[in-house]
Amino acid sequence: MTDKSLLIKDARLLDPGQSLDKVADVLITDGEIKWIGKGQTPANVETINAAGLILTPGFIDIHCHLREPGLEYKENISTGTRAAARGGFTTVCCMPNTSPPVDSKSLVEYVLRRAAAEAVIRVLPIGCISKAQQGKELAEMGGMASAGAVAFSDDGKPVANANLMRQALSYSLTLNMPIIDHCEDPALFEGGLMNESPTSYRLGLKGIPSAAEETMVGRDIALAALTGAHVHIAHISTAGSVDLVRNAKAKGVRVTAEVTPHHLLMTDDWVTGVRIIGGSSATANPYDTSTKVNPPLRAKSDAAALLEALKDGTIDCIATDHAPHDVVDKSQEYDHASFGISGIETAFGLLMALVHTGKLDIKTLVEKLTVAPAKVIGHGYKGIKAGAPAELTLLNPDEEWTVDVNSFLSKGKNSPLNGIILKGKVKATIYDGKIVYSDVNDAATAPRKKTNA
Amino acid sequence: MTTITPTSKWHKNILDLDNFTRADIDSVMQTTDAMKEIMQRDIRKVPALRGKTIITLFYEASTRTRVSFEQAGKILSADVINVTAQSSSISKGESLIDTGKTLQATGADIIVIRHPSSGAAYLLAQNVNCNVINAGDGWHAHPSQALLDLYTIREKLKRLDNLKVTLVGDVLHSRVARSNIWGLLNVGAEIVLCAPPTLLPKIFIEAYPHNGKGSLTIEYDVNKAVKDADVIMALRLQTERQQSGLLPSLGEYSERWQITPKRLELAKPGVMLMHPGPVNRGVEVSSELVEHESSVIEEQVKNGVAVRMALLYMLLAGSKPNETSLAHS
Repeated sequence: MTDKSLLIKDARLLDPGQSLDKVADVLITDGEIKWIGKGQTPANVETINAAGLILTPGFIDIHCHLREPGLEYKENISTGTRAAARGGFTTVCCMPNTSPPVDSKSLVEYVLRRAAAEAVIRVLPIGCISKAQQGKELAEMGGMASAGAVAFSDDGKPVANANLMRQALSYSLTLNMPIIDHCEDPALFEGGLMNESPTSYRLGLKGIPSAAEETMVGRDIALAALTGAHVHIAHISTAGSVDLVRNAKAKGVRVTAEVTPHHLLMTDDWVTGVRIIGGSSATANPYDTSTKVNPPLRAKSDAAALLEALKDGTIDCIATDHAPHDVVDKSQEYDHASFGISGIETAFGLLMALVHTGKLDIKTLVEKLTVAPAKVIGHGYKGIKAGAPAELTLLNPDEEWTVDVNSFLSKGKNSPLNGIILKGKVKATIYDGKIVYSDVNDAATAPRKKTNA
Repeated sequence: MTTITPTSKWHKNILDLDNFTRADIDSVMQTTDAMKEIMQRDIRKVPALRGKTIITLFYEASTRTRVSFEQAGKILSADVINVTAQSSSISKGESLIDTGKTLQATGADIIVIRHPSSGAAYLLAQNVNCNVINAGDGWHAHPSQALLDLYTIREKLKRLDNLKVTLVGDVLHSRVARSNIWGLLNVGAEIVLCAPPTLLPKIFIEAYPHNGKGSLTIEYDVNKAVKDADVIMALRLQTERQQSGLLPSLGEYSERWQITPKRLELAKPGVMLMHPGPVNRGVEVSSELVEHESSVIEEQVKNGVAVRMALLYMLLAGSKPNETSLAHS
């Protein structure tokens, strides 16, 4: 490669994967970290003065929706990965609930081909558990694994049939990849719109009880114990689920879990129009469909339990469940609007509210966005070390910025954070040694090819 | 003529009663008195809203609510246009927002909306500049029904204070119940809710403010719930509830929760029996009670026209009631 070099000066290097926490210079050449600390610097090197900023390994999001193939009006690999880069991510795993669902080797290859042409960061596809996500027969997981899939999930839907889930877990043992379940009992969920709570009763919106998630988390834990396989609980959202996972881990069951930024920081009263993050608040109307997400925003006691579980290791990592939708999908009655929050660009700023209020330390936060998710899927973490590929995120923990959904690089403008001031900003994202996002002009600066948006 | 004193700043829309004050309720009551007087004239027509256009936009079937809004508008000389989902571009897939903007562009001053989705009236109101009245959205709210119920109680009992009101029936799915709870709590009523637990979970009442004004409790035994009630409101039970597993049978429901002459006797002498209609005779209420001396079901319908006249008038004529506009045309 003939890329020019990049010098990042005076950043605080924070890499929980190797307990690195010191201020030093980093030189990047030919896509790799050349040296840390002191070394030969090429003449006229491009330099980022990063005093006061934090440099971390690139963030890894093991749960997002890039909507290719078939749903490109909501998002595509070009816009989705640029949005991810703006969020500080250098690796994303995309869910297979597309149209058609990614349930075969050739579709995994298609996603990777599109990523090679369009993505500004690494895209790792997740394949379906069942053919066409129908929940009836196993999809060809082996073929998808050899094509490059890193995990399997029917995300968007649960695997309702317990026996199919058992077989999927059992089969995954030869692949050594996690089975990721979207836990929701279909009968308890049916027609649900928001967390079942006094608020849902007051608003007259059909509730989704915590038990809809917990009964299936309990089932999946029993099946993981039965098969000895690795089950990963997607977007865990209730205090009861957390207890189940904590007990199962104590007994040695191979279960891991992720939590989204919105389930940590938003609660079901947001459906009534409440908007508070840290010291910032905004006004919104009741029934604003940007708050409609599945699993739903839960009670304050759930959010507190999720944070506790994140800190004690019961919840392994943070994942965004970035779910972009077109405006038409959301400009509807609450009943009819699509579920999902476009959250990949706001994740870090939102999570920093936990750090600024003293509820979480920044090292743990960075760990949960880098080393920890990489461990769940067995891919993605490169670290800040000489000779490693340069996949890095530069952060200003104290910079305030106002969320403006119209400036999102994602096609999905569906965020309830619009107008909220977040404290903590991604300044630059480096992938393959290149700056793929810089907030200087707040746009991805190194497109690999023309976007087709 | 009755003097009308609406509050100086009236609401732009009537979407629910959550933010209504006691003064708001009282001014609706007083304005309704004036409207009722007009309804008793030989010629029931006043020019108050001449030149104004009211569009009723109904996504659900309705007899009394739609007709009474139409009648209310016509007595006040407004032009009333009725749009239903079946007869409009909605059946071609036009969205609620686009439909609302279209109706506004045709010159609607008020859109009265009935919709099966909770929150639909909010969505419409956010997307149009004209006034919006919620004539029932999903399970959420039916404010004009609650106001006409309050008016009917006030007319019959000559007071809104110190009421004990028992609501019996499908509270969970009832917008009428939700709006009545807000209205009755506002006037300080002691409210008892009664239904099978499948239609009335314990946490339902936690949604409502408990600020010392009135009270809200659950009593699953109907014989205890109606004890000493001034008012019993029976709620409509949709017969589909049985199929969705919420009830073993309509027969068992009737046996345990139907308002019967015997149960009526447990309430205060002179108890009022109310029902928002349409009644499933022999299910919520035993058939003979519909025409019983305690029943005010017909008065509710009559008062529905007067209350809706008041709401239309207060939204459009606003804070300055023009006495001449309520004189004969």
